[in-house]
Amino acid sequence: MTTRPAEDYRVDQGSRAFRGLYARNARAVISRGLLATRSSNWLIMVSGFFEPVLYLVSMGVGLGALVGAVVGPGGEEISYAAYIAPALLAVSAMNGAVYDSTWNVFFKMNFAKLYQGMLSTSLGPLDVAIGETFLALLRGALYATGFTAVMGLMGLITTPWALLMVPAAVLIAFGFASFGMGITSFLKTFQQMEWINFVMLPMFLFSATFYPLSVYPQPIQWFIQALPLWHGVELLRQLSVGIFSPATLIHVSYFLVLIAFGMLLTTLRLRKLFLR
Amino acid sequence: MPHNLAGQPVISAHDLSKHYGEFRAVDGISFEVPAGESFGLLGPNGAGKSTTMRMVGGVSQRTSGHLAILGLDPEQHGPEVRAHLGVVPQQDNLDEELRVRDNLIVYGRYFGLPLSYLKPKADELLEFAQLTDKASARVDSLSGGMKRRLTIARSLINEPKILLLDEPTTGLDPQARHILWDRLFRLKESGVTLILTTHYMDEAEQLCDRLVVVDKGRIMAEGSPARLIKEHSTREVLELRFGSERNTTVAPELGGIGERLEVLPDRILIYAHDGEAALEEVASRGLRPVTSLVRRSSLEDVFLRLTGRSLVE
Repeated sequence: MTTRPAEDYRVDQGSRAFRGLYARNARAVISRGLLATRSSNWLIMVSGFFEPVLYLVSMGVGLGALVGAVVGPGGEEISYAAYIAPALLAVSAMNGAVYDSTWNVFFKMNFAKLYQGMLSTSLGPLDVAIGETFLALLRGALYATGFTAVMGLMGLITTPWALLMVPAAVLIAFGFASFGMGITSFLKTFQQMEWINFVMLPMFLFSATFYPLSVYPQPIQWFIQALPLWHGVELLRQLSVGIFSPATLIHVSYFLVLIAFGMLLTTLRLRKLFLR
Repeated sequence: MPHNLAGQPVISAHDLSKHYGEFRAVDGISFEVPAGESFGLLGPNGAGKSTTMRMVGGVSQRTSGHLAILGLDPEQHGPEVRAHLGVVPQQDNLDEELRVRDNLIVYGRYFGLPLSYLKPKADELLEFAQLTDKASARVDSLSGGMKRRLTIARSLINEPKILLLDEPTTGLDPQARHILWDRLFRLKESGVTLILTTHYMDEAEQLCDRLVVVDKGRIMAEGSPARLIKEHSTREVLELRFGSERNTTVAPELGGIGERLEVLPDRILIYAHDGEAALEEVASRGLRPVTSLVRRSSLEDVFLRLTGRSLVE
C-alpha cells in the first residue's frame, strides 16, 4: 500500500463553545458505565442499597423502641423510625454522590487510568464529567427508589407526597456531586482525600439527622443551617409527611444554587483535574 | 473552515516546554514529522519523552512553545485532534471492568463511531492482534504481551492517521516484542504516521525512519538511525572486559588504539573503523582482556557519545 495523501489529514474545525473540552458524547461514557456495572460490579451496587436500610432497621426500629413517638415537621406525632427515615435517605444521597464524584474519580484517574484512556479519544473532560455525574445520579435514583419502597413496606409512608422524595434525593445528590469533582481537582494524595471523610462524618451525625435542631444553642443552629445536608434532611422530612412551608422553597433553592456553583467550579477546574 | 495540509508536516513542535515547578521535564524542543513517516524519540527514562507524547495527544498542557497536530493546537481542539490519533500509553490502561472485545467497542464509542462500523472492525482488530479466541475473556486474564497487543488494537479502532506509541515493547519478552514489531511494521507500510518513544536502540533502528535523541528534556541530535551512527560513532566497536577492578588501570595503556576510548564501570569501548585490527593491536601490547567482542556501532554508542551516559542504567 502507499502513503496516504496529505489531503486525508484534514480536520473538521467547528467553532462552538467548549469544543476543546466537550465533544457532545457523554452518552458513550454513560453506556460504558452501564456495561461495566452489568459485567462486573453489580454486587457493589447492591451493597450500597443496604447501608441506609440497615441504619433504618437498627436505629429506627431498635433505638425507636426506647425513644417512642416524636414530633414531626407539622407538629404531629410520628414514630422515631418515620422521623429518621427521610434523614437517612438524604444522607445516603449525599454519601453516594460524594463517593462517586471524589474517591471514585480519584481512583479512576490515578490508579485504574480509566480517564486517561477516555481522554486519549475524541472525548473531552466535560463529556467524562457529565457522563460520570449522570451515572452517579442514576444510581442515586435507584437507591432512593429502593429505600422509599422499604419505607413503604415498613409502614412509614402515609402520604403520596412521599414519592417526591425520590426526585428530591436526586436533587440533593446532584448538589453534592456537582461540587465533588471540583474539590477532587485540588487533592493529590490519599491523605488529602481523607479530609473529605473528616467533613462528611460530623455533617452526617449533627445535621438534625437523629434529633431536632432545637437541642443546639442558637449559634450552632445557624451553623448547621448553613450546611447542605441539613437542607436535604429537612426537605425530605417535609416531603415524607406532605407538610410544606416557605422553608421548603428555601431548601430547594439552596440546592439549585449549590448545583450552579458546583458545576461552575468543576467546569473551571476540569483542565486541572484531567489535563495535568 | 477546512484546512489543506498538503506538503505540511502532520506534527510540528517549536520550542515546546513543560515545567513542573522548578523541574523542566521538556525544555524547548522542536521537531516536525511529515505524513507517513515513522519518527522516534530515543532517550533514557525521565528524558521527557512521555511528557512530549502527552502534550502531542492533548492530555497535558504545555508551559510554553508552539504545537500543531494536523494544523491544529491540541489544547484548543482536543477532541477534534484526538479523533485522528491512536494512543498507546506507556502503561496499559485497558478497561479491566470490560471483556476483551468490549474494550475495543466501547473505546470506539468514545470516538462517536456507530456500532455497525465497530462490530466488524473490532473482530478485524482482534484478528490483527491475534486475540480472536480471547474475545470474551476478562482483561486481567491476559498475559503482558496480549494486553499490549490489545492496547495497540484498541488504538487502531478509529483508523488513526497518527499513532503515538510510548515505549511500546517495554517489559515484554523477546518473542512478544518481535510479534509487536511485525504488527507495527505493517501499519507503517499501510501509511500510518508512527511516533514512538523508546529506550531500546534496536527498536529505534528497526522501526524509525528518523529519530531525535532526547536527554534531560532537550534534543541532542536528529537524523536517520544510520546517519546518526555515521555522524557520531565509528563503524565498529571493540568491547573489552578486564574485570571491574582493572578496567580503569588498564585504560591508559590502550592510548592511540582506534579513534576514541570510552571507559565504563564494567567494560572498555574502543571505537575503531576496524575492530579486529584494534583487537590485534591490544594483544600486541601484551594486554589480555577476560573477554573481547567486536560489533557494529549502534544508537547506544551514539547516545553514550552525546551524553556521556548509557541509555539503560
